[in-house]
Amino acid sequence: MVFDENKLDGIKESLKEWEDSTVSKAISKFPERKETFKTNSDIEINRLYTPLELQEWDYDEKLGFPGQYPFTRGVQPTMYRGRLWTMRQYAGFGTAVESNKRYKYLLEQGQTGLSVAFDLPTQIGYDSDHPLSEGEVGKVGVAIDSLKDMEILFDGIPLDKVSTSMTINAPASVLLAMYIAVAEKQGVSKDKLRGTIQNDILKEYIARGTYIFPPKASMRLITNIFEYCSKEVPKWNTISISGYHIREAGATAVQEVAFTLADGIAYVEAAIEAGLDVDDFAPRLSFFFNAHNNLLEEVAKFRAARRLWAKIMKERFKAKNEKSMMLKFHTQTAGSTLTAQQPDNNIVRVAIQTLAAVLGGTQSLHTNSRDEALALPTEESVRIALRTQQIVAYESGVADTIDPLAGSYYIESLTDRIEKEAMEYIKKIDELGGAASAIEKGYIQKEIQDSAYKYQMEVESGEKIVVGVNKFQIEEKTHKDILRVDPEVERVQRENLVKLRKERNNEEVNNKLEALRQAAKDSSVNLMPYILDSVKTYATLGEICDVLREVFGEYEQSIIL
Amino acid sequence: MDRPIRVLVAKPGLDGHDRGAKVIARALRDAGMEVIYTGLRQTPEQIVQTAIQEDVDVVALSILSGAHNHLFPKVVNLLREEGVDDVLVIGGGVIPEEDIPGLKEAGIEEIFTPGTSTKDVVEYIKNHLKR
Repeated sequence: MVFDENKLDGIKESLKEWEDSTVSKAISKFPERKETFKTNSDIEINRLYTPLELQEWDYDEKLGFPGQYPFTRGVQPTMYRGRLWTMRQYAGFGTAVESNKRYKYLLEQGQTGLSVAFDLPTQIGYDSDHPLSEGEVGKVGVAIDSLKDMEILFDGIPLDKVSTSMTINAPASVLLAMYIAVAEKQGVSKDKLRGTIQNDILKEYIARGTYIFPPKASMRLITNIFEYCSKEVPKWNTISISGYHIREAGATAVQEVAFTLADGIAYVEAAIEAGLDVDDFAPRLSFFFNAHNNLLEEVAKFRAARRLWAKIMKERFKAKNEKSMMLKFHTQTAGSTLTAQQPDNNIVRVAIQTLAAVLGGTQSLHTNSRDEALALPTEESVRIALRTQQIVAYESGVADTIDPLAGSYYIESLTDRIEKEAMEYIKKIDELGGAASAIEKGYIQKEIQDSAYKYQMEVESGEKIVVGVNKFQIEEKTHKDILRVDPEVERVQRENLVKLRKERNNEEVNNKLEALRQAAKDSSVNLMPYILDSVKTYATLGEICDVLREVFGEYEQSIIL
Repeated sequence: MDRPIRVLVAKPGLDGHDRGAKVIARALRDAGMEVIYTGLRQTPEQIVQTAIQEDVDVVALSILSGAHNHLFPKVVNLLREEGVDDVLVIGGGVIPEEDIPGLKEAGIEEIFTPGTSTKDVVEYIKNHLKR
């Protein structure tokens, strides 16, 4: 660091003196609140951090400069001074009509990017009239059965002016094709489209559950998308390699980084194996992280993730383009930290988590609403969530300089520590044969479950305090004004499907589905053009996915408890 | 009851959030119960079949997707159709308080919402077994 050895020896002596006399005197009067203080990742937190923590630390090696390798301080040279993070609220419920309305509201209120939440049937490739869709239609997101619904969803929203993130995984290819088709109808060519599809199947197997096909077929679809977009939709982020859900499932901050980057490694390897050059697709990889409660650990986590990914891309995958080494990411504040008790407290939690994400250098952010432990957010609640971002952006000053916490003895030592521990996990996963193999063996899932159980036991023993839940409780009243999805949605979607099937050219539909079927059987064929063709005939999502199910089969989850 | 309590922890419907179900399953196991966890994407039919096959005393359902009003009662009704009326059915997840009376009327004996401690679930089961 910046201190020479003599200075450091001096500090070491003074520190010991301080501990032996000043601190020890204080402790004898007021013992500290706990025996040990730990982060979410079980890393012990010292009473004090000093230059002694960073003896071997070198600025150029560890940090460098924003927009340059190893990107610890940020992936853009001017970060928020050039452009604020994108305020991108995840939204969607009911039919495309309701969701279109909510998107327009959010854009009016100042959000700067769209983020689509689909319902579970859509995410799992079932139409609204499938038996398994009963009770689920429109509940956790918008129901999209065909291109027709997609057209309504983006009605009045110019796709050349707005970027859209779609949280869709197993059937990502289909929804991307629909988006492209809608844009075409608007007169917007696909080379202008900006956005992201989540498209991260590994974390579905690990923690989220909306898988359809087995791993090999899923990876094929993913690399098909990488290849297709590198040529046809060059401004599109083809994947959002996610740690958010892994964290929500119970992982620690270290595990979140480790398992996400391990998944990233698996995708890069798959793409290279499929014949793609790393610099052709890597610049369009993006990530998605969680912003959890321990603000300082979270900031260190984001910085560690950036540095570690940059090293992996440069040293392991020999990327030449700097853009291939940049970890660009979206963040969402941690849903699992929201309480059903005293819901307004969640506004405070989200504000702290927003600071963590911004001080950590996120490229875009979704802030949860206060009522989301109870239901999807009301208009008023989501407005407050958006205002939280706006207040941090315009009133707090934290966006006015880049990576302001750099140089903090604690932050730098914690960044190093998280990087080191995440790397150990990645090595272990490599030994198990990579992420896909580790998932098959249940290793990642068990690590997450153990962390989740440990956390719950700490809450129940009182070791971990959750305000309003195990301390500072009140007599709760019933929360009446929460969002309820109209149960009529399911009936409306079913009726629309009947109408659609009558009005479209069914011969065309069957022709294109047959072409897709044949193409799917040949693993060397890129399926995107065939999916796009099918989508344009108004083949439904379910019909397209059923063809793929026929050819690929379905994933069978092994129960790991 | 001198043999261990047998519990089926089940995830009906399409919801993939299984953190809570797994934590509950483990806690019940630690409390000495025998627990079978179904995994994701169970239809009510599959849940009832497993419950009967495994001769469980308790069926614990978990849903965070909002489909509980449709799926929870279906499980209870199918159990009744099969002539099973001495299995304790409980549920948990993201369930609005307003929905709880309706669910109880439909035969789900208790609903455990966010913030519930595993200790409470263990105690409830021990005190409300039907057989």
